[in-house]
Amino acid sequence: MSQRREERRSSYTKAIGAIAWKDLAAELRSKELLSAMLVFSLLVIFIFNFSLELDVKTRNSVTSGVLWATFAFAGTLGLNRSMSIEKDRGCLDGLLLAPVDRSAIYFGKAISNLAFMLIVEAIVLPIYSILYNTNLFKPGLLLVILLGSLGYTAVGTLLSAMSVQTRTRDVMLPILLFPIILPVLIAAVRASGGYLQNLPFDQILPWLNLLIVYDVIFTAIAFMVFDYVVEE
Amino acid sequence: MIKVRKLVKRFGLKTVLKGMEFTVETGEFVALIGPNGAGKTTFLRILASLARPSMGVVSVAGYQLPKQSAEVRQRLGVVSHQPLLYVDLTATENLKFYGKMYNLPDLDNRINEVLEMVGLTTRRDDLVRTFSRGMQQRLAIGRAVIHDPDVMLFDEPYTGLDQDASAMLDDVLRTVAARGRTVVMTSHDLARTEDLATRFDVLSRGVIAASAIKEDFGAGNLLSFYKSVIAEGAKQ
Repeated sequence: MSQRREERRSSYTKAIGAIAWKDLAAELRSKELLSAMLVFSLLVIFIFNFSLELDVKTRNSVTSGVLWATFAFAGTLGLNRSMSIEKDRGCLDGLLLAPVDRSAIYFGKAISNLAFMLIVEAIVLPIYSILYNTNLFKPGLLLVILLGSLGYTAVGTLLSAMSVQTRTRDVMLPILLFPIILPVLIAAVRASGGYLQNLPFDQILPWLNLLIVYDVIFTAIAFMVFDYVVEE
Repeated sequence: MIKVRKLVKRFGLKTVLKGMEFTVETGEFVALIGPNGAGKTTFLRILASLARPSMGVVSVAGYQLPKQSAEVRQRLGVVSHQPLLYVDLTATENLKFYGKMYNLPDLDNRINEVLEMVGLTTRRDDLVRTFSRGMQQRLAIGRAVIHDPDVMLFDEPYTGLDQDASAMLDDVLRTVAARGRTVVMTSHDLARTEDLATRFDVLSRGVIAASAIKEDFGAGNLLSFYKSVIAEGAKQ
């Protein structure tokens, strides 16, 4: 009995690893998704710069908002593309035919989506720092970016699996995602702003707690409902 | 091997399968033929555990659907008109990925065997996006048999293939069936279907309208058998 359970656990983790590896290997070859996300992110930052006139005085107060708006918009591009690749050639059926619990598909896709988002953020942050002469490399801020990205991909992966089944999937994902992701974005913007303005930790802590609770709750919900979302 | 009783599938108000009864014995090669919209693909998707039945009992290899779907999927290989392959991965990488999804031991040897069977050993390290439609379909069959399933489901496997590619696919299908696997195939190519299958079921208006073996209608007469069943259904 315990040996069977051990086998199931091993095939479950192998499936998660296989999906994440497959996404990263295909993307390293095509670079379609990352290049689109990256170019879009840089354009958004430039547009914000011209429209908000990010001078030294206002920079610290708006940087966190600009960064998270950029990550959120670029993130929808990545989530849409990542699930479209599965749907367009019927590959989602190939994943669903595997003899593993279907939540493994969710976790595999969520890990690769998170990796894409973190890669884009890792490139955008130094560029933003250089362009606007702002130090973004603070451990606290990096933790907030990790937690915020985690929550974003936890919800986004589930909703992209739903929206990809609709005819208007490109439009549907942001319409579904942004209202649900709002608590993550607010908490991430406030916590990031706190670190950038060097606020005391006890003022940042409630926002960090909100991010952690949101990440845990939505990962658990996605784990429970993913099977119903993808089956006809 | 496959038992279906009083199967009903509804999409909203539309009922696609209306109390369908269907049985396949081990080792049989059953062709499921019928007009467009008869519910063939929907039925295969239910057998493949990709769709839930609205009502009725479905069991594959002794396991009930949808309750024991993971056990069913372990014994099932599916080929559809879409290849279910990743074009930015090589043939070997695609097979390796699906092999890992099935948690297969000794994967490298199994990949070599499968590539040999579908005749793609020399193109093993090429990206799938460089493959012709016929080669992609052969690799799709390799993907479907990598875990050596007992039951194979083919949904319109000839769609988009030219004559040469179709002939090559015939050989691969015969090899797959010759290993004692139970096969259910839907196709509009009646000449090829007659050549390959051992039993022919006509699905019309959500039920199996007729079932026959080759001897019942004589060689080369599948088309006339099919037309007579459809015409009779239209009268009722």
